[in-house]
Amino acid sequence: MTTLPAAAPARKATSGAQQKLLAFASLIVLLIFFSVASPNFLQTSNILAILQATSVNGVLAIAATLVIITGGIDLSVGTLMTFCAVMAGVILTNAGMPLPLGVIGAIAIGVICGTISGVLIAKMKIPPFIATLGMMLILKGLSLVISGTKPIYFNDTPGFSEISTGSLIGQVFPSVPVPNGVLILFVLALVIGYVLNRTVLGRYCFALGSNEEAVRLSGVNTDAWKIAIYALAGGICGIAGLIIASRLNSAQPALGLGYELDAIAAVVIGGTSLAGGRGSILGTMIGALIMAVLLNGLRIMSVAQEWQTVVTGGIIIAAVYADMLRRRRAAS
Amino acid sequence: MFTRRSLLAAASATALLLSASLASAQDKIYIPLVSKGFQHQFWQAVKAGADQAAAEFGVEVTFEGPDTEAQVDKQMDMLAAALAKKPAALGFAALDSQAATPLLRQAQEAGIPVIAFDSGVDSDIPATTVTTNNIAAAGMAADKMAELIGGAGKVALVVHDQTSRTGIDRRDGFVNRVKEAYPNIEIVDIQYGAGDQLQSTEITKAILTAHPDIKGIFGANEGSALGVINAIRETNTQGVTVIGYDSGAAQKQAIRDGLMAGAITQSPVGMGYETVKAAIAATKGEALPKTIDSGFAWYDASNMDAPEIAAVLYD
Repeated sequence: MTTLPAAAPARKATSGAQQKLLAFASLIVLLIFFSVASPNFLQTSNILAILQATSVNGVLAIAATLVIITGGIDLSVGTLMTFCAVMAGVILTNAGMPLPLGVIGAIAIGVICGTISGVLIAKMKIPPFIATLGMMLILKGLSLVISGTKPIYFNDTPGFSEISTGSLIGQVFPSVPVPNGVLILFVLALVIGYVLNRTVLGRYCFALGSNEEAVRLSGVNTDAWKIAIYALAGGICGIAGLIIASRLNSAQPALGLGYELDAIAAVVIGGTSLAGGRGSILGTMIGALIMAVLLNGLRIMSVAQEWQTVVTGGIIIAAVYADMLRRRRAAS
Repeated sequence: MFTRRSLLAAASATALLLSASLASAQDKIYIPLVSKGFQHQFWQAVKAGADQAAAEFGVEVTFEGPDTEAQVDKQMDMLAAALAKKPAALGFAALDSQAATPLLRQAQEAGIPVIAFDSGVDSDIPATTVTTNNIAAAGMAADKMAELIGGAGKVALVVHDQTSRTGIDRRDGFVNRVKEAYPNIEIVDIQYGAGDQLQSTEITKAILTAHPDIKGIFGANEGSALGVINAIRETNTQGVTVIGYDSGAAQKQAIRDGLMAGAITQSPVGMGYETVKAAIAATKGEALPKTIDSGFAWYDASNMDAPEIAAVLYD
């Protein structure tokens, strides 16, 4: 009785580390492979391009990770990102308000939309898949309605493009001008990683995914915590909206559909279980990087586009299968 | 044990891919084309033209584009990867000119000539723009419509959108030509269906209901034109002259079946070909005109099998 429960967490911890190690090793193998395959791959400018390509998907994947750990799913992350970008455009360009208001506004709108999803799921008991599918469509439609189906440009807010494309790191180390969008991704990953592992919110996030009923029976207000997690994920989508709008210097209202699947793919490659209760931000970051490195590397190698898609699909399946094998081994 | 097996698999995959890449790595002039799309038959035809020029002039060409025309950021990633390969020249069809400007400036600084194709780029960076004169092409559609309905009656337009350059140019090209040359033709409706077949079908049904005496409908791109044909077929409407745009297997069949009078074809194959040709000229420092017309033509059941037309149509 005393040995079993004690052994289980220890084994769980090592297997989690193993999965991250496996994902990380795959990333390194890919990097080495592409570096050997093409001399143009391992160049500072190309590595920066890969990181920049990761920034939006990485941030969305962090949002998706939180929700997936609770055993839920959020299909609205992509179009919520777009909606927040469009609202930033409305605040900054159409209403001519100062930059900080646009930033706060975009994130606040993300939090509000996330809260709505959370209420739909926790209070109205609509399954997460359906609730967020509905939100995905509502937000896509609203983005088009509010923007009049046209992109909103940020030409009147000169500082806006700096959010993503400027480089604070480049000011200190001119040889590695890491775009701010990438910096935001890494800082966010650290913050959310801390929240997940060191705070009450994080603890309930895992607990909800492992056994929601048990958590509820122990007197915890599970609905409130669930709503809080969806709200947090929504706010993170707001940040993604700012990064993408800043990068394109415009809010593109038709964009966003399909981005939720890229985000979920990154989460899954990183070893987070779709069944809930298990996952990590570090794994998700590695997953997002693997996807970006793979796509960039295949392009650098001039692999035909139709095959790029095939390879990406294969990698997702292989990653999840490897995780299954490892867990089965750890369980036996 | 699992690690050893996976390493082995990884190593063999590496070897396989590596040999494939080494086989293609030669010292050819390399020209990537970053397009607005990839899956649509139109873009595949542009790709075919580019491949044709690549074979003819002995250069290496790659062709990429995002899944939908909304994915501006994905196109930026493709552009960044293309530039990382240090190409001799670059072909580019911008989804959003402004978003692409920083990367295009990077190309300019690296001395890589940029050839814009399909729609132009609002900047002076591209050496030239290879494009269809959509205004003139839609004007030709108006002329054909007038000829087929006897110069008088009600017509309507089903257009893909009111924001893109091609949407605006085709609509205005048609409408303005009717206004200046055919006073007895009345344009009763212009509707937008996002180039989506189903949406355009519903729109057309509404038009047919609202105007039972309508004489002709112009569908301004492939999806719009197919939507118009669908609606005509579903409602079993007789006596409406339909003019389409672009080709594709379904539209070609509609013309053979007599459901559609004919269509304007751009030359996507010519567009791909001319883009690569212009890119090669640019690498040699040759002067290029500001725009290169990739061509357009009217086709109907009588001439669609003629070799010069069949060559520019795609399935």
